Amino acid sequence: MEAKSKTTTTETVISIRNVEKSFGDYQVLKGADLDLYKGENLVVLGRSGTGKSVLIKIISGLLTQDAGTVSVLGKEVSQLNAKELLELRLRIGFSFQSSALYDSMTIRQNLEFPLIRNKKNLTKGEINKAVETVLDAVGLMQTINQMPSELSGGQKKRIGIARTLILQPEIMLYDEPTAGLDPITCLEINRLINEVQERYKTSSIVITHDLTCAKEVGNRIAMLLDGQFQRAGTFDEVFDTDDQRVTPFFEYNFIQ
Amino acid sequence: MFLELYRVHLFITKFFKEAFTPPFEGKEILKQCYQVGYKSLALISLTGFITGIVFAKQSRPSLAEFGATSWLPSLVGIALFRTLAPLLTALISAGKVGSSIGAELGSMKVTEQIEAMEVSATNPFSYLVVTRVLATTITLPILTFYTAFVGLLGAFLNVTLSESASFSAFVQSFLESITFLDVIASTVKAIIFGFTIGMVGCYQGFNSSKGTEGVGKAANSAVVIGMFLVFMEEVIATQITFMFRT
Repeated sequence: MEAKSKTTTTETVISIRNVEKSFGDYQVLKGADLDLYKGENLVVLGRSGTGKSVLIKIISGLLTQDAGTVSVLGKEVSQLNAKELLELRLRIGFSFQSSALYDSMTIRQNLEFPLIRNKKNLTKGEINKAVETVLDAVGLMQTINQMPSELSGGQKKRIGIARTLILQPEIMLYDEPTAGLDPITCLEINRLINEVQERYKTSSIVITHDLTCAKEVGNRIAMLLDGQFQRAGTFDEVFDTDDQRVTPFFEYNFIQ
Repeated sequence: MFLELYRVHLFITKFFKEAFTPPFEGKEILKQCYQVGYKSLALISLTGFITGIVFAKQSRPSLAEFGATSWLPSLVGIALFRTLAPLLTALISAGKVGSSIGAELGSMKVTEQIEAMEVSATNPFSYLVVTRVLATTITLPILTFYTAFVGLLGAFLNVTLSESASFSAFVQSFLESITFLDVIASTVKAIIFGFTIGMVGCYQGFNSSKGTEGVGKAANSAVVIGMFLVFMEEVIATQITFMFRT
């Protein structure tokens, strides 16, 4: 398995500077700096509880940082009013670790929901076409009338991704896309993330501690250690080190 | 304690702010009204009917001692309309609807569905909380009048089992006992009860945590706190109504 190479663009779509975030006395982020370039898949690696998910929740405005700045598509997230934040969120897709499908709705209704809420001028035919297009993109057309409870974990993840794609976002945030899935389904999800990058021209941040996923989807890898990004670069650059905080990731993932 | 009260205050303030801010969720409010009414209707019908029968049966011997059985429709009317119908409806709704709202929103919270709604550019407070609170506030007065009507039917059934009685005369006597103040007071009470039940259910669900344990706790708290507040409001409302009556 070859690691992906860096993209050539240097246009920044997300810029994170000196971000700090604490929960009570526990400081999770201690001055994190990170850039996401247009068109790339950036994988954020780190141990559980190091603030990876907190970081993407700050990017999407679900949480607010205690200090520092987070600029998304040229807009400082914490300075936006409610309306501006809603507008920005239309340009960001967020795939949750738990998939977060609305369990009282069918798959069709789950996919229609963001469209009906945000694109009020669309006809029923246009909505149906958009739903079928994203379902086709994730290869799950047959589930259209099923309930989320009838799907497997991998199918739920894909539908979760499809639901974010329906608004055609410029940025995708994946929170642990392969967590809890079998190895074959993990490979399918990795492939889907790459397909999304190519087909929808998205720039993505992928939060994971799965090195197979990191190697397969990441144009760049950034390691979050002790609340800061300590290492960033291609897969090989990041893991070409004797740093005892980094090498265990490599050893335990059996992909040498 | 004070921190919790402050959070409740913020939640209620946010409700009034969001309720008057477009976009208005008319379709979702109607859907929730149907849900609230539908969920409670069977139990309310049964309880209201049985209450009417039992109340008439228990009151009749005492009235008969004074030769005042003709006052039975008035007594039933006053008891049902002033207190029993609003209170029974509210308690049943707190149990059925309050717990359902608490569990539903709690489950959505712990499975990140509320956050998913937020990141897909939908205001979850407006879509989930405002619609449910408005639905309970609108539906409770309607259910209260329905309970009173069903209770009246129960009382009439009890009367007709022991003597021949005219339904129209029974209803007329029932209606004559009810004043305009009773109608206003019961309606206002039902609106307050509905608002309380919806608000408590939504607050508990929206602020639930700790996984499935939190969902159970949210549903349970929605019922217990909802019922407690309904009783407190009933006491206060009765005092205020008596001030207007005298």
